[in-house]
Amino acid sequence: MEPLERYRPIIDDFDAFLAACERPLGNAVRVNTIKATVERTLEALDREGVGYEQADWNPRVVDLETDSPGSTWTSFHGFTHGQEEVSAVPPVVLEPEPGERVWDCCAAPGGKATQIAALMDDRGTVVANDNNLGRISALRFNAERLGATSLAVTNADARNYSLSRFDFDEFDRALVDAPCSCEGTIRKNPDALDNWSEGHISSVAGIQKGIIRRAIQATREGGTVVYSTCTFAPEENEAIVQHALDTESCRVVDFDLGLEHSPGLTEWEDDEFDSSLEKAARIYPHQNDTGGFFVAKLEVTA
Amino acid sequence: MADRNDGQRFDRLPATEAERTVEGRATREEVVDFFADRFGIPPETFEDYSVWEKGAGKIWIYGGDAPTPIEIEAIGMTCLRTRQEHWKPTTDFVQRFGVHATDCVIELDREQARRFASGEDQDLERWDGDWGYLIAAHSVAGKREPIGVGLYVHGELRSMVPKGRQRDLES
Repeated sequence: MEPLERYRPIIDDFDAFLAACERPLGNAVRVNTIKATVERTLEALDREGVGYEQADWNPRVVDLETDSPGSTWTSFHGFTHGQEEVSAVPPVVLEPEPGERVWDCCAAPGGKATQIAALMDDRGTVVANDNNLGRISALRFNAERLGATSLAVTNADARNYSLSRFDFDEFDRALVDAPCSCEGTIRKNPDALDNWSEGHISSVAGIQKGIIRRAIQATREGGTVVYSTCTFAPEENEAIVQHALDTESCRVVDFDLGLEHSPGLTEWEDDEFDSSLEKAARIYPHQNDTGGFFVAKLEVTA
Repeated sequence: MADRNDGQRFDRLPATEAERTVEGRATREEVVDFFADRFGIPPETFEDYSVWEKGAGKIWIYGGDAPTPIEIEAIGMTCLRTRQEHWKPTTDFVQRFGVHATDCVIELDREQARRFASGEDQDLERWDGDWGYLIAAHSVAGKREPIGVGLYVHGELRSMVPKGRQRDLES
Protein backbone atom coordinates (compact mmCIF):
# COMPACT_ATOMS: atom_id res chain seq x y z
CA MET A 1 0.00 0.00 0.00
CA GLU A 2 3.10 2.21 0.28
CA PRO A 3 2.72 3.84 -3.16
CA LEU A 4 -0.76 5.06 -2.20
CA GLU A 5 0.70 7.34 0.53
CA ARG A 6 1.27 10.02 -2.11
CA TYR A 7 -2.51 10.51 -2.29
CA ARG A 8 -2.92 11.33 1.41
CA PRO A 9 -3.18 15.10 0.66
CA ILE A 10 -5.98 14.69 -1.91
CA ILE A 11 -8.23 11.97 -0.46
CA ASP A 12 -10.81 12.74 2.24
CA ASP A 13 -10.77 10.19 5.05
CA PHE A 14 -7.51 8.65 3.88
CA ASP A 15 -7.58 5.95 6.59
CA ALA A 16 -10.97 4.70 5.38
CA PHE A 17 -9.53 4.71 1.85
CA LEU A 18 -6.56 2.54 2.89
CA ALA A 19 -8.79 0.20 4.89
CA ALA A 20 -11.10 -0.26 1.87
CA CYS A 21 -8.12 -1.01 -0.38
CA GLU A 22 -7.22 -3.92 1.91
CA ARG A 23 -10.67 -5.52 1.78
CA PRO A 24 -11.42 -7.98 -1.04
CA LEU A 25 -14.20 -7.17 -3.48
CA GLY A 26 -17.47 -9.03 -4.02
CA ASN A 27 -18.48 -10.81 -7.21
CA ALA A 28 -20.13 -8.20 -9.41
CA VAL A 29 -21.68 -9.10 -12.75
CA ARG A 30 -23.32 -7.00 -15.43
CA VAL A 31 -26.62 -8.13 -16.89
CA ASN A 32 -26.16 -8.48 -20.66
CA THR A 33 -29.42 -7.13 -22.08
CA ILE A 34 -28.52 -8.44 -25.55
CA LYS A 35 -29.43 -11.88 -24.19
CA ALA A 36 -32.01 -11.26 -21.45
CA THR A 37 -33.83 -8.54 -19.52
CA VAL A 38 -32.81 -7.64 -15.97
CA GLU A 39 -36.13 -9.07 -14.68
CA ARG A 40 -35.64 -12.44 -16.37
CA THR A 41 -32.01 -12.64 -15.27
CA LEU A 42 -32.95 -11.99 -11.64
CA GLU A 43 -35.73 -14.57 -11.88
CA ALA A 44 -33.24 -17.10 -13.28
CA LEU A 45 -30.84 -16.36 -10.40
CA ASP A 46 -33.72 -16.80 -7.94
CA ARG A 47 -34.55 -20.22 -9.40
CA GLU A 48 -30.87 -21.21 -9.29
CA GLY A 49 -30.80 -20.25 -5.64
CA VAL A 50 -28.08 -17.63 -6.16
CA GLY A 51 -28.50 -14.61 -3.88
CA TYR A 52 -27.77 -11.13 -5.23
CA GLU A 53 -27.91 -7.42 -4.59
CA GLN A 54 -28.63 -4.85 -7.32
CA ALA A 55 -26.52 -1.68 -7.45
CA ASP A 56 -28.52 1.47 -6.59
CA TRP A 57 -27.06 3.53 -9.42
CA ASN A 58 -27.43 0.92 -12.16
CA PRO A 59 -30.02 -1.91 -12.14
CA ARG A 60 -27.87 -3.84 -14.62
CA VAL A 61 -25.03 -4.22 -12.13
CA VAL A 62 -25.58 -7.01 -9.63
CA ASP A 63 -23.41 -8.35 -6.83
CA LEU A 64 -23.72 -12.14 -6.63
CA GLU A 65 -23.53 -14.18 -3.44
CA THR A 66 -21.46 -16.99 -4.94
CA ASP A 67 -17.76 -17.72 -5.17
CA SER A 68 -18.04 -18.92 -8.76
CA PRO A 69 -20.19 -16.46 -10.75
CA GLY A 70 -18.91 -18.11 -13.95
CA SER A 71 -20.53 -21.44 -13.03
CA THR A 72 -24.11 -20.23 -13.06
CA TRP A 73 -26.69 -20.90 -15.77
CA THR A 74 -27.08 -17.15 -16.20
CA SER A 75 -23.38 -16.92 -17.05
CA PHE A 76 -23.50 -19.96 -19.34
CA HIS A 77 -26.36 -18.37 -21.30
CA GLY A 78 -24.56 -15.02 -21.45
CA PHE A 79 -27.24 -13.29 -19.37
CA THR A 80 -24.47 -12.13 -17.03
CA HIS A 81 -20.84 -11.16 -17.44
CA GLY A 82 -18.33 -10.80 -14.60
CA GLN A 83 -17.49 -7.10 -14.50
CA GLU A 84 -16.49 -4.93 -11.58
CA GLU A 85 -19.06 -2.32 -10.57
CA VAL A 86 -16.90 0.74 -11.37
CA SER A 87 -15.81 -0.84 -14.64
CA ALA A 88 -19.43 -0.46 -15.79
CA VAL A 89 -19.25 3.33 -15.33
CA PRO A 90 -17.41 4.53 -18.51
CA PRO A 91 -19.87 3.05 -21.07
CA VAL A 92 -22.76 4.62 -19.13
CA VAL A 93 -21.00 8.01 -19.21
CA LEU A 94 -20.33 7.53 -22.95
CA GLU A 95 -24.13 7.28 -23.56
CA PRO A 96 -23.94 5.50 -26.94
CA GLU A 97 -27.18 5.29 -28.94
CA PRO A 98 -28.48 2.59 -31.29
CA GLY A 99 -27.18 2.96 -34.83
CA GLU A 100 -24.10 5.00 -33.94
CA ARG A 101 -20.45 4.29 -34.76
CA VAL A 102 -18.42 3.87 -31.61
CA TRP A 103 -14.74 3.13 -31.10
CA ASP A 104 -13.50 1.28 -28.03
CA CYS A 105 -9.81 1.73 -28.66
CA CYS A 106 -8.39 -0.41 -25.80
CA ALA A 107 -11.18 -2.96 -25.74
CA ALA A 108 -9.84 -6.33 -24.51
CA PRO A 109 -11.11 -8.37 -22.74
CA GLY A 110 -14.37 -6.82 -23.91
CA GLY A 111 -16.51 -6.12 -20.84
CA LYS A 112 -16.98 -2.46 -21.77
CA ALA A 113 -17.19 -3.07 -25.55
CA THR A 114 -20.04 -5.54 -25.08
CA GLN A 115 -21.67 -3.18 -22.58
CA ILE A 116 -21.54 -0.44 -25.25
CA ALA A 117 -23.14 -2.87 -27.75
CA ALA A 118 -25.87 -3.68 -25.23
CA LEU A 119 -26.55 0.03 -24.56
CA MET A 120 -27.00 0.37 -28.35
CA ASP A 121 -29.45 -2.59 -28.41
CA ASP A 122 -26.74 -4.33 -30.49
CA ARG A 123 -27.59 -2.01 -33.42
CA GLY A 124 -24.85 0.08 -35.02
CA THR A 125 -21.09 -0.35 -35.26
CA VAL A 126 -18.81 -0.91 -32.28
CA VAL A 127 -15.19 -1.11 -33.36
CA ALA A 128 -13.44 -2.98 -30.56
CA ASN A 129 -9.69 -2.57 -30.93
CA ASP A 130 -6.76 -3.82 -28.92
CA ASN A 131 -3.04 -3.89 -29.64
CA ASN A 132 -2.50 -7.28 -27.97
CA LEU A 133 -3.40 -10.33 -30.03
CA GLY A 134 -3.49 -12.63 -26.98
CA ARG A 135 -6.04 -10.43 -25.24
CA ILE A 136 -8.07 -10.23 -28.45
CA SER A 137 -8.86 -13.93 -28.20
CA ALA A 138 -10.44 -13.25 -24.79
CA LEU A 139 -12.35 -10.34 -26.31
CA ARG A 140 -13.69 -12.51 -29.12
CA PHE A 141 -14.67 -15.30 -26.74
CA ASN A 142 -16.63 -12.87 -24.55
CA ALA A 143 -18.26 -11.11 -27.51
CA GLU A 144 -19.55 -14.42 -28.92
CA ARG A 145 -20.73 -15.70 -25.55
CA LEU A 146 -22.61 -12.45 -24.99
CA GLY A 147 -24.13 -12.56 -28.49
CA ALA A 148 -22.86 -9.15 -29.67
CA THR A 149 -23.35 -8.92 -33.45
CA SER A 150 -22.48 -5.22 -33.79
CA LEU A 151 -18.79 -5.63 -32.91
CA ALA A 152 -15.96 -5.40 -35.43
CA VAL A 153 -12.70 -6.46 -33.81
CA THR A 154 -9.35 -4.99 -34.91
CA ASN A 155 -5.76 -5.50 -33.73
CA ALA A 156 -3.77 -2.28 -33.98
CA ASP A 157 -1.95 0.39 -32.00
CA ALA A 158 -4.65 2.96 -31.15
CA ARG A 159 -2.12 5.84 -31.32
CA ASN A 160 -1.88 5.73 -35.12
CA TYR A 161 -5.15 3.93 -35.85
CA SER A 162 -6.29 4.01 -39.45
CA LEU A 163 -9.97 4.16 -40.37
CA SER A 164 -9.16 3.33 -43.99
CA ARG A 165 -10.21 -0.29 -43.40
CA PHE A 166 -13.84 0.89 -42.93
CA ASP A 167 -16.16 2.79 -45.25
CA PHE A 168 -16.68 5.68 -42.83
CA ASP A 169 -14.07 8.17 -41.69
CA GLU A 170 -15.13 9.23 -38.22
CA PHE A 171 -16.83 7.89 -35.11
CA ASP A 172 -19.74 9.38 -33.18
CA ARG A 173 -18.15 8.40 -29.90
CA ALA A 174 -14.96 6.88 -28.55
CA LEU A 175 -14.04 5.24 -25.29
CA VAL A 176 -10.42 5.51 -24.19
CA ASP A 177 -10.21 3.06 -21.29
CA ALA A 178 -6.48 3.48 -21.22
CA PRO A 179 -3.78 1.03 -20.17
CA CYS A 180 -2.66 2.34 -16.77
CA SER A 181 -0.83 1.56 -13.55
CA CYS A 182 -4.03 -0.10 -12.23
CA GLU A 183 -3.73 1.15 -8.64
CA GLY A 184 -7.52 1.07 -8.35
CA THR A 185 -7.64 -2.70 -8.92
CA ILE A 186 -5.72 -3.51 -5.72
CA ARG A 187 -8.83 -5.06 -4.11
CA LYS A 188 -9.23 -7.47 -7.03
CA ASN A 189 -5.53 -8.06 -7.57
CA PRO A 190 -3.29 -7.79 -4.48
CA ASP A 191 -0.19 -7.79 -6.73
CA ALA A 192 -1.32 -4.62 -8.55
CA LEU A 193 1.22 -2.39 -6.80
CA ASP A 194 4.19 -4.80 -7.00
CA ASN A 195 5.74 -3.17 -10.05
CA TRP A 196 4.73 0.37 -9.14
CA SER A 197 7.24 3.14 -9.88
CA GLU A 198 7.11 6.76 -10.92
CA GLY A 199 9.05 5.71 -14.02
CA HIS A 200 6.28 3.28 -14.96
CA ILE A 201 3.69 6.00 -14.50
CA SER A 202 5.51 8.41 -16.78
CA SER A 203 6.04 5.81 -19.51
CA VAL A 204 2.38 4.74 -19.49
CA ALA A 205 1.36 8.44 -19.50
CA GLY A 206 3.15 8.87 -22.83
CA ILE A 207 1.06 6.10 -24.35
CA GLN A 208 -2.15 7.49 -22.83
CA LYS A 209 -1.48 10.91 -24.41
CA GLY A 210 -1.04 9.35 -27.85
CA ILE A 211 -4.25 7.32 -27.55
CA ILE A 212 -6.50 10.13 -26.29
CA ARG A 213 -5.29 12.44 -29.09
CA ARG A 214 -6.03 9.86 -31.78
CA ALA A 215 -9.48 9.17 -30.26
CA ILE A 216 -10.38 12.88 -30.44
CA GLN A 217 -9.10 13.14 -34.03
CA ALA A 218 -11.16 10.10 -35.06
CA THR A 219 -14.40 11.43 -33.53
CA ARG A 220 -16.72 13.84 -35.34
CA GLU A 221 -17.27 17.42 -34.24
CA GLY A 222 -19.92 17.39 -31.51
CA GLY A 223 -19.11 13.78 -30.73
CA THR A 224 -18.13 12.39 -27.34
CA VAL A 225 -14.88 10.94 -26.04
CA VAL A 226 -14.75 9.35 -22.60
CA TYR A 227 -11.35 8.91 -20.98
CA SER A 228 -11.08 6.46 -18.10
CA THR A 229 -8.47 4.61 -16.06
CA CYS A 230 -8.52 2.34 -13.03
CA THR A 231 -5.81 4.32 -11.29
CA PHE A 232 -5.51 7.28 -8.91
CA ALA A 233 -2.35 8.86 -10.36
CA PRO A 234 -3.06 12.43 -11.54
CA GLU A 235 -0.21 12.00 -14.06
CA GLU A 236 -2.39 9.38 -15.80
CA ASN A 237 -5.71 11.15 -15.32
CA GLU A 238 -6.10 14.93 -15.12
CA ALA A 239 -2.68 15.51 -16.76
CA ILE A 240 -3.70 13.39 -19.75
CA VAL A 241 -6.98 15.24 -20.20
CA GLN A 242 -5.08 18.52 -19.82
CA HIS A 243 -2.75 17.36 -22.62
CA ALA A 244 -5.80 16.68 -24.81
CA LEU A 245 -7.18 20.18 -24.06
CA ASP A 246 -3.80 21.68 -24.98
CA THR A 247 -3.31 19.81 -28.24
CA GLU A 248 -6.73 18.91 -29.71
CA SER A 249 -10.13 20.60 -30.19
CA CYS A 250 -12.23 19.52 -27.25
CA ARG A 251 -13.69 20.58 -23.92
CA VAL A 252 -14.50 18.80 -20.67
CA VAL A 253 -18.25 18.41 -20.06
CA ASP A 254 -20.42 17.54 -17.07
CA PHE A 255 -22.16 14.22 -16.53
CA ASP A 256 -24.44 12.71 -13.90
CA LEU A 257 -23.13 9.79 -11.93
CA GLY A 258 -25.26 7.96 -9.39
CA LEU A 259 -22.18 6.86 -7.44
CA GLU A 260 -20.50 8.86 -4.72
CA HIS A 261 -17.29 10.39 -6.09
CA SER A 262 -14.85 13.28 -5.76
CA PRO A 263 -14.23 15.97 -8.38
CA GLY A 264 -11.19 15.88 -10.65
CA LEU A 265 -8.12 17.76 -9.44
CA THR A 266 -7.11 21.23 -10.65
CA GLU A 267 -3.61 20.95 -9.24
CA TRP A 268 -1.11 18.24 -8.39
CA GLU A 269 2.42 18.80 -7.10
CA ASP A 270 3.87 21.45 -9.47
CA ASP A 271 1.16 21.22 -12.11
CA GLU A 272 -2.04 23.20 -12.53
CA PHE A 273 -4.94 21.93 -14.58
CA ASP A 274 -7.84 23.69 -16.28
CA SER A 275 -10.71 24.44 -13.89
CA SER A 276 -13.04 22.36 -16.10
CA LEU A 277 -11.23 19.25 -14.81
CA GLU A 278 -13.42 19.52 -11.72
CA LYS A 279 -16.13 18.01 -13.93
CA ALA A 280 -14.21 14.72 -14.07
CA ALA A 281 -14.94 12.04 -11.47
CA ARG A 282 -12.56 10.30 -9.07
CA ILE A 283 -14.18 7.23 -7.58
CA TYR A 284 -12.44 5.93 -4.45
CA PRO A 285 -12.88 2.42 -2.98
CA HIS A 286 -14.24 3.63 0.37
CA GLN A 287 -16.97 5.76 -1.19
CA ASN A 288 -19.13 2.98 -2.65
CA ASP A 289 -17.23 -0.15 -1.57
CA THR A 290 -15.91 -0.67 -5.13
CA GLY A 291 -12.59 -0.53 -6.95
CA GLY A 292 -11.05 2.84 -7.86
CA PHE A 293 -11.70 4.70 -11.12
CA PHE A 294 -11.23 7.97 -12.96
CA VAL A 295 -13.64 9.15 -15.67
CA ALA A 296 -13.69 12.31 -17.77
CA LYS A 297 -16.15 13.18 -20.53
CA LEU A 298 -15.05 15.30 -23.49
CA GLU A 299 -16.96 16.91 -26.32
CA VAL A 300 -15.12 17.27 -29.60
CA THR A 301 -15.25 20.89 -30.79
CA ALA A 302 -14.48 22.64 -34.08
CA MET B 1 -11.88 -19.21 -63.77
CA ALA B 2 -13.68 -18.60 -60.52
CA ASP B 3 -11.98 -16.62 -57.74
CA ARG B 4 -10.68 -18.57 -54.76
CA ASN B 5 -11.53 -18.07 -51.14
CA ASP B 6 -8.88 -15.97 -49.35
CA GLY B 7 -8.55 -17.30 -45.80
CA GLN B 8 -7.01 -14.06 -44.51
CA ARG B 9 -9.96 -11.76 -45.00
CA PHE B 10 -13.70 -11.43 -44.59
CA ASP B 11 -15.80 -11.42 -47.76
CA ARG B 12 -19.49 -10.63 -47.78
CA LEU B 13 -21.52 -13.56 -49.10
CA PRO B 14 -23.07 -13.09 -52.54
CA ALA B 15 -26.81 -12.44 -52.28
CA THR B 16 -27.77 -15.27 -54.60
CA GLU B 17 -26.32 -18.00 -56.81
CA ALA B 18 -26.28 -15.62 -59.80
CA GLU B 19 -23.85 -13.30 -57.98
CA ARG B 20 -21.47 -15.98 -56.79
CA THR B 21 -17.89 -15.62 -58.05
CA VAL B 22 -16.00 -17.72 -55.49
CA GLU B 23 -16.24 -21.44 -55.97
CA GLY B 24 -17.83 -23.32 -53.07
CA ARG B 25 -18.92 -20.18 -51.23
CA ALA B 26 -22.43 -20.27 -49.76
CA THR B 27 -24.84 -17.49 -50.71
CA ARG B 28 -26.69 -15.32 -48.24
CA GLU B 29 -29.93 -16.77 -49.59
CA GLU B 30 -28.75 -20.33 -48.90
CA VAL B 31 -27.73 -19.45 -45.35
CA VAL B 32 -31.01 -17.72 -44.52
CA ASP B 33 -32.98 -20.55 -46.18
CA PHE B 34 -31.00 -23.14 -44.20
CA PHE B 35 -31.97 -21.54 -40.87
CA ALA B 36 -35.61 -21.34 -42.06
CA ASP B 37 -35.83 -24.86 -43.50
CA ARG B 38 -34.02 -26.68 -40.72
CA PHE B 39 -35.04 -24.67 -37.64
CA GLY B 40 -38.02 -22.58 -38.75
CA ILE B 41 -36.21 -19.32 -37.96
CA PRO B 42 -38.08 -16.66 -40.00
CA PRO B 43 -35.85 -15.14 -42.76
CA GLU B 44 -36.81 -11.60 -41.66
CA THR B 45 -34.88 -12.24 -38.42
CA PHE B 46 -31.72 -11.54 -40.44
CA GLU B 47 -32.96 -8.51 -42.41
CA ASP B 48 -30.58 -6.04 -40.75
CA TYR B 49 -27.52 -8.32 -40.87
CA SER B 50 -24.81 -8.96 -43.42
CA VAL B 51 -23.30 -12.44 -43.74
CA TRP B 52 -19.57 -13.08 -44.31
CA GLU B 53 -17.06 -15.87 -44.91
CA LYS B 54 -13.50 -16.07 -43.63
CA GLY B 55 -11.43 -19.21 -43.88
CA ALA B 56 -12.95 -22.27 -45.46
CA GLY B 57 -16.65 -22.22 -44.75
CA LYS B 58 -16.65 -20.26 -41.51
CA ILE B 59 -19.68 -17.98 -41.77
CA TRP B 60 -20.15 -14.81 -39.67
CA ILE B 61 -23.18 -12.61 -39.07
CA TYR B 62 -22.73 -8.87 -38.54
CA GLY B 63 -25.04 -5.96 -37.77
CA GLY B 64 -22.65 -3.02 -38.34
CA ASP B 65 -21.04 -1.13 -41.23
CA ALA B 66 -18.05 -2.49 -43.14
CA PRO B 67 -16.80 -2.66 -46.72
CA THR B 68 -16.05 -5.98 -48.40
CA PRO B 69 -13.49 -7.44 -48.38
CA ILE B 70 -12.04 -6.46 -45.01
CA GLU B 71 -8.99 -7.72 -43.12
CA ILE B 72 -9.79 -7.52 -39.42
CA GLU B 73 -9.86 -9.97 -36.51
CA ALA B 74 -13.61 -10.58 -36.24
CA ILE B 75 -16.85 -9.26 -37.66
CA GLY B 76 -19.98 -9.85 -35.58
CA MET B 77 -20.20 -13.50 -34.52
CA THR B 78 -19.58 -16.87 -36.11
CA CYS B 79 -22.87 -18.54 -37.04
CA LEU B 80 -22.32 -21.53 -39.30
CA ARG B 81 -19.84 -24.00 -40.79
CA THR B 82 -20.44 -24.72 -44.47
CA ARG B 83 -18.20 -26.59 -46.94
CA GLN B 84 -18.98 -29.89 -45.21
CA GLU B 85 -21.72 -32.44 -45.88
CA HIS B 86 -24.05 -31.13 -43.18
CA TRP B 87 -24.00 -27.47 -42.31
CA LYS B 88 -23.41 -26.91 -38.62
CA PRO B 89 -24.54 -23.84 -36.65
CA THR B 90 -22.38 -22.58 -33.77
CA THR B 91 -23.34 -22.83 -30.11
CA ASP B 92 -23.10 -19.05 -29.70
CA PHE B 93 -25.33 -18.38 -32.71
CA VAL B 94 -27.92 -20.84 -31.45
CA GLN B 95 -27.88 -19.19 -28.03
CA ARG B 96 -28.38 -15.77 -29.66
CA PHE B 97 -30.92 -16.58 -32.41
CA GLY B 98 -32.28 -20.01 -31.45
CA VAL B 99 -35.17 -18.46 -29.53
CA HIS B 100 -36.79 -17.85 -32.94
CA ALA B 101 -36.59 -21.56 -33.87
CA THR B 102 -39.72 -23.71 -34.14
CA ASP B 103 -38.29 -26.92 -35.64
CA CYS B 104 -35.58 -29.36 -34.58
CA VAL B 105 -35.51 -28.01 -31.03
CA ILE B 106 -35.14 -30.71 -28.37
CA GLU B 107 -36.27 -29.74 -24.89
CA LEU B 108 -34.18 -31.14 -22.06
CA ASP B 109 -35.05 -31.50 -18.40
CA ARG B 110 -32.77 -30.02 -15.73
CA GLU B 111 -30.46 -33.00 -15.37
CA GLN B 112 -30.21 -33.52 -19.15
CA ALA B 113 -29.49 -29.82 -19.60
CA ARG B 114 -26.74 -29.96 -17.00
CA ARG B 115 -25.11 -32.93 -18.74
CA PHE B 116 -25.40 -31.25 -22.13
CA ALA B 117 -23.73 -28.03 -20.91
CA SER B 118 -20.85 -30.05 -19.45
CA GLY B 119 -20.24 -31.61 -22.87
CA GLU B 120 -21.62 -35.10 -22.13
CA ASP B 121 -23.31 -37.26 -24.76
CA GLN B 122 -26.51 -38.96 -23.62
CA ASP B 123 -28.99 -41.61 -24.77
CA LEU B 124 -32.34 -40.07 -25.67
CA GLU B 125 -34.73 -42.49 -27.31
CA ARG B 126 -37.78 -40.26 -27.31
CA TRP B 127 -36.76 -37.87 -30.10
CA ASP B 128 -38.91 -38.70 -33.15
CA GLY B 129 -37.89 -35.73 -35.30
CA ASP B 130 -35.11 -35.47 -37.89
CA TRP B 131 -31.65 -36.76 -37.12
CA GLY B 132 -28.70 -34.42 -37.44
CA TYR B 133 -27.94 -31.08 -35.83
CA LEU B 134 -30.57 -29.96 -33.31
CA ILE B 135 -30.99 -27.03 -30.97
CA ALA B 136 -30.94 -28.24 -27.37
CA ALA B 137 -33.03 -26.06 -25.06
CA HIS B 138 -34.36 -26.01 -21.54
CA SER B 139 -36.64 -23.85 -19.45
CA VAL B 140 -35.09 -20.78 -17.82
CA ALA B 141 -37.29 -18.51 -15.70
CA GLY B 142 -40.42 -19.91 -17.32
CA LYS B 143 -39.26 -19.53 -20.93
CA ARG B 144 -37.50 -21.83 -23.37
CA GLU B 145 -33.82 -20.98 -23.69
CA PRO B 146 -31.41 -22.55 -26.20
CA ILE B 147 -28.31 -24.14 -24.66
CA GLY B 148 -26.40 -25.06 -27.79
CA VAL B 149 -26.09 -27.39 -30.75
CA GLY B 150 -26.49 -31.13 -30.40
CA LEU B 151 -25.98 -33.90 -32.94
CA TYR B 152 -28.73 -36.53 -32.76
CA VAL B 153 -27.97 -39.96 -34.25
CA HIS B 154 -28.89 -43.56 -33.29
CA GLY B 155 -30.81 -42.60 -30.18
CA GLU B 156 -27.97 -40.50 -28.83
CA LEU B 157 -27.74 -36.73 -28.33
CA ARG B 158 -24.13 -35.61 -28.64
CA SER B 159 -23.26 -32.27 -27.12
CA MET B 160 -21.47 -29.97 -29.57
CA VAL B 161 -20.74 -27.35 -26.90
CA PRO B 162 -17.09 -26.41 -27.51
CA LYS B 163 -14.60 -27.27 -24.75
CA GLY B 164 -14.02 -23.67 -23.76
CA ARG B 165 -17.77 -23.09 -23.39
CA GLN B 166 -18.50 -26.24 -21.37
CA ARG B 167 -19.39 -25.69 -17.71
CA ASP B 168 -20.18 -27.86 -14.73
CA LEU B 169 -23.44 -26.37 -13.55
CA GLU B 170 -25.80 -27.17 -10.72
CA SER B 171 -28.90 -28.87 -12.09
